[in-house]
Amino acid sequence: MSAGTVPAAPGGATPDRWRGIAFEERMATVDFRVGERAHITVASEICRSCTTQACVTACPADLFAPTADGGILFNYEECFECGTCYMVCNHDGAITWTYPDGGQGVVFHHG
Amino acid sequence: MTESLRPTADRTINPAATYDAVVVGAGPAGAAAALALARAGRSVVLVERGPFPGSKNVYGGVVYGRVLDQVVPRWWEEVPVERWVVRRSTMVMTGTQSLSVDYRSEAWGEAPFNGMTTLRSAFDSWLAGKAVDAGAELVTSTVATGLLYDVDGAVTGVRTDRPDGDLRAKVVVACDGVNSFLAKEAGLLPRADAAHHTLGVKEVLDLPGATIDERFGVSGDQGVDIEILGCTRGIPGGGFLYTNRHTVSVGVVLSLPHLAESKIRPEELVADLKAHPSIAPLLRGATLREYAAHLIPEGGYDTMPALATDGMVVAGDAAGMTRAAGIWLEGVNFAFGSGLAAGRAVDRAVARGDWSAAGLASYRAGLERQFVLADHQRLRKAPGLVLSERVQQRYPGLICDLMEGMFTVTNPTPKPGALRLTRTAAARHGVKLRELASDTARALRIFG
Repeated sequence: MSAGTVPAAPGGATPDRWRGIAFEERMATVDFRVGERAHITVASEICRSCTTQACVTACPADLFAPTADGGILFNYEECFECGTCYMVCNHDGAITWTYPDGGQGVVFHHG
Repeated sequence: MTESLRPTADRTINPAATYDAVVVGAGPAGAAAALALARAGRSVVLVERGPFPGSKNVYGGVVYGRVLDQVVPRWWEEVPVERWVVRRSTMVMTGTQSLSVDYRSEAWGEAPFNGMTTLRSAFDSWLAGKAVDAGAELVTSTVATGLLYDVDGAVTGVRTDRPDGDLRAKVVVACDGVNSFLAKEAGLLPRADAAHHTLGVKEVLDLPGATIDERFGVSGDQGVDIEILGCTRGIPGGGFLYTNRHTVSVGVVLSLPHLAESKIRPEELVADLKAHPSIAPLLRGATLREYAAHLIPEGGYDTMPALATDGMVVAGDAAGMTRAAGIWLEGVNFAFGSGLAAGRAVDRAVARGDWSAAGLASYRAGLERQFVLADHQRLRKAPGLVLSERVQQRYPGLICDLMEGMFTVTNPTPKPGALRLTRTAAARHGVKLRELASDTARALRIFG
């Protein structure tokens, strides 16, 4: 080990087959019962002034996409309903978060 | 079980009915509260937003069943278990090294058992079924969207997302999970609190049962739980790997602010762990069955909210009743224990005709007397130590290098002493011996 304090990511030295699952394939394993109402909305005009946009990398479902004009595009359909996005968000009112309507949204079978 | 519990889902809620209690969330906390109330003869409705209990829930390894003994005698004969954990391993790793402390007990594989792996869709449905058997009314596919109040501001029920869906009750038992909007609305929890939450991401992988038996050294219904430190690229948290019957579950737990700051995607860290030389051989050929993510309340005793207000109590994850930082990682048992105590306290309050915050105070007092809050109080400093920079970023490498020094044969150079190896490893990882001694003493104070 070097004197560095953060262990090196071992992934770089490993064959692709251990890392390799496309994100779409990953999400295709999850049962989402998509409702018509978007249970999370993003106020993109607030996001344009946000320098961190922490939601983009932290969201485990990768639902937040930066747009060319500096805003955020959000897709509610394959959401784990975990709450990471609003917890890491620095800006009041940028993310409006509710649960999907009863019976809709993610259904974990192996949770 | 699961979807067969749906019959009540399509029943129209009678808005005129007033229940003794409405319990929100049919996870282990809610099921326990509803069970206690129903058994005491109280009218109770258990509201679940998913299509079946457990459908929104994820956990990270082991359900400890001792807490079930007092309410479901010989529960192990009917619980939907995946495997009984007989091997409990703690692993410290760097990218290329690992040290495991591996404990195995045959007693844990026999009644009355210690811990089990399970699937929450099955386990939570089974528990909620116990409440239904006792007389609770389960209503699934229904979101409690807000609280109802009287003119004095006391909680008198919940609004649901069904037409005419107001549910009135003497007491609301909020077991609505880590994001508890009911506790937030009541002012008991802050709107957002990233510092005291971690994100758990988990992959459930298909692997034949016989292959699991061979690779993990178990047989029959025996299982293994491995908890891991040093696999998160310095983001405070850890990893886990545990065996189910025909699947294995692997994942990481990550401090939210540090995850956000790192700009590393969570699934990358699961991929790292799966590729580690100590883990990859266990998972070879396994294919993804289901990916999942869930938040965990991580603040411990010091960030727990007030547990009661006029007409409402909070239990389970909604009240921060997990202990995810430390050498003991538990949550489902705390949820069940707190829900049971909440249900019993509500029953006493209804019997006395006083369900104000003062009338519900026996809930917290009850928790203080048993493991739920006693354990939390004793281990209140654990999250601070376990998630500290030295423990997370420096000690895994230090410990592994120390072991490497101990077991690497350096002939013809004479063996270095343990103290010299410790000095060298500590210096290499930027740790002063004084800090090492102080953290050791701190750990002994917390866990000793």
